[in-house]
Amino acid sequence: MLLLFGKIGDYTLYYLEQAGRMGVFLFQCSWRVLTPPYRFFPVIRQINFIGARSIFVIFFTGGFTGMVLALQGYYTLRKFGSEGLLGSAVALSLIRELGPVTAALMVIGRAGSAMTAEIGIMRNSEQIDALECMAVDPWRYLMVPKFIAAVISMPLLTAIFDVVGIFGGYLVGSLMLGVNGGTYFQGMYQSVHWVDVEMGLIKSLVFGLLIVWISTAKGYFLHWERSGGFGAEGVSRATTSSVVLASVTVLVWDYLLSAILL
Amino acid sequence: MENEKLKDCPVSIELAGVEKYFGSQKVLDGVNLRVCEGTTTVIVGASGQGKSVILKHMLGLMRPDAGRVEIFGQDITQASARQLKVVRRDFGVLFQNVALFDSMTIFDNVALPLRERTHDSSRQIAARVEELLQMMDLPGAASKYPAQLSGGMQKRVGLARALALNPKVVFFDEPTTGLDVLKSNEIYRLFHHTQAELGYTAVIVSHDVPKIFKLSDHVALLAEGVIQGQLTPEEFQRSENPLIRNFVETTMGPIYSSEREEAALQ
Ligand SMILES: Nc1ncnc2c1ncn2[C@@H]1O[C@H](COP(=O)(O)OP(=O)(O)OP(=O)(O)O)[C@@H](O)[C@H]1O
Ligand SMILES: [Mg+2]
Repeated sequence: MLLLFGKIGDYTLYYLEQAGRMGVFLFQCSWRVLTPPYRFFPVIRQINFIGARSIFVIFFTGGFTGMVLALQGYYTLRKFGSEGLLGSAVALSLIRELGPVTAALMVIGRAGSAMTAEIGIMRNSEQIDALECMAVDPWRYLMVPKFIAAVISMPLLTAIFDVVGIFGGYLVGSLMLGVNGGTYFQGMYQSVHWVDVEMGLIKSLVFGLLIVWISTAKGYFLHWERSGGFGAEGVSRATTSSVVLASVTVLVWDYLLSAILL
Repeated sequence: MENEKLKDCPVSIELAGVEKYFGSQKVLDGVNLRVCEGTTTVIVGASGQGKSVILKHMLGLMRPDAGRVEIFGQDITQASARQLKVVRRDFGVLFQNVALFDSMTIFDNVALPLRERTHDSSRQIAARVEELLQMMDLPGAASKYPAQLSGGMQKRVGLARALALNPKVVFFDEPTTGLDVLKSNEIYRLFHHTQAELGYTAVIVSHDVPKIFKLSDHVALLAEGVIQGQLTPEEFQRSENPLIRNFVETTMGPIYSSEREEAALQ
């Protein structure tokens, strides 16, 4: 029994400690993002990696998400005889919910896991120690470009996702299912307001920050992992747990933000 | 046992009573070490005694459980991250596992400290990198990646990177392990040359006894968690300390034992 309490205390302490470290990490990174010197080239490179190279995947997932939304929405709406609302249904669900969330999940899978692995390996092979010993700030050198790039890329990727999704919905709705194209876009035009777009924008910004924060911190604190961050397996465990943690966090924050902003 | 000269020289690095535990394993048990400015101190000792751990304490990568680590008179165990960064500006470090940036080319590895720490133009940086690689006898390696080099070549890239910014203090963990005799002689000559030129303070961990003695002003043996005396190479070889004697005999052969023992060996 005592052992159980001891274990619970142990876990609690560990997770509190971890949370504290993550908090300090975020503070340190944000502080460096906001203070000079600024470097452009590394940021561009990271935007290329996190943003530009995700476009293909975002295109596909966005397109098919919009198509399936139109398909499902059409059969539901037809029961009530209101196929004309298809455009606004697709657009609103994409802009407010599915766009930011799905795009975030795709970026976690593509770029978040890669960031954890990259930084974790650097931690493991003493490359981060080497940076510190050269008096090069590893936060500024490694994290800042990723933070800036993620916060810039996420809203743009979400916007692409939304637009492609809306056109995917249009293709299915008007070409396959015979909804009038004009009605599709007219309904959208009337029902989507700036607050909806704003909501999606805020969400995608927050998600971008959450993703880059969790992914980089998981790699950076690899040596503090409870399971022991040793070797290839340590990196693989940290990567897995960072993907899981980031996905869960994004979904939790999606609910919280919806609740606050609605 | 303390060397007289050690007492009144300008001290660069001083460790006093440094203790370090890993869990229940006691690795350092009160290490005292003094490194004078512009001199070379070589730390020797059997594998697994904690030589690399001492170096990591000097670099501020590990914090001691007890004791002080002073660099230029500043206790870095108490220093803030910013102060530590200032101290490290004068460091040049070669890790035992070299720790090259493995997703960058050799050129970028050596150029990184120059790019991040100086305002030199890219042409100046390229010239300096070229010069360093030349010095380390690494022609044509600039565009390769660390994984494409031999172990000895990686060591030399690490040395080039460590010397890129003309450091005031260098820390080399086994700089010549994995190099052939010719190359390691070349490296030693290079040390001698650059130290004469730049006057840096050097702390070198090495197993290359006795050759490394020629290069060193002081030799310190780490055994049983303490420095068994920090002596000039000559004194070191004549020391009465049983551990040092034992070390000298096992690494250099029983040259200083009695003739009868030598005869018995033959
Ligand atoms: N991060 C660490 N965690 C736990 N134990 C460690 C750690 N680093 C070193 N040790 C232990 O400290 C001891 C000294 O290690 P160290 O690497 O300093 O040896 P060394 O003298 O440099 O040996 P070698 O000549 O083989 O490089 C070893 O027993 C090692 O197991
Ligand atoms: Mg070692």
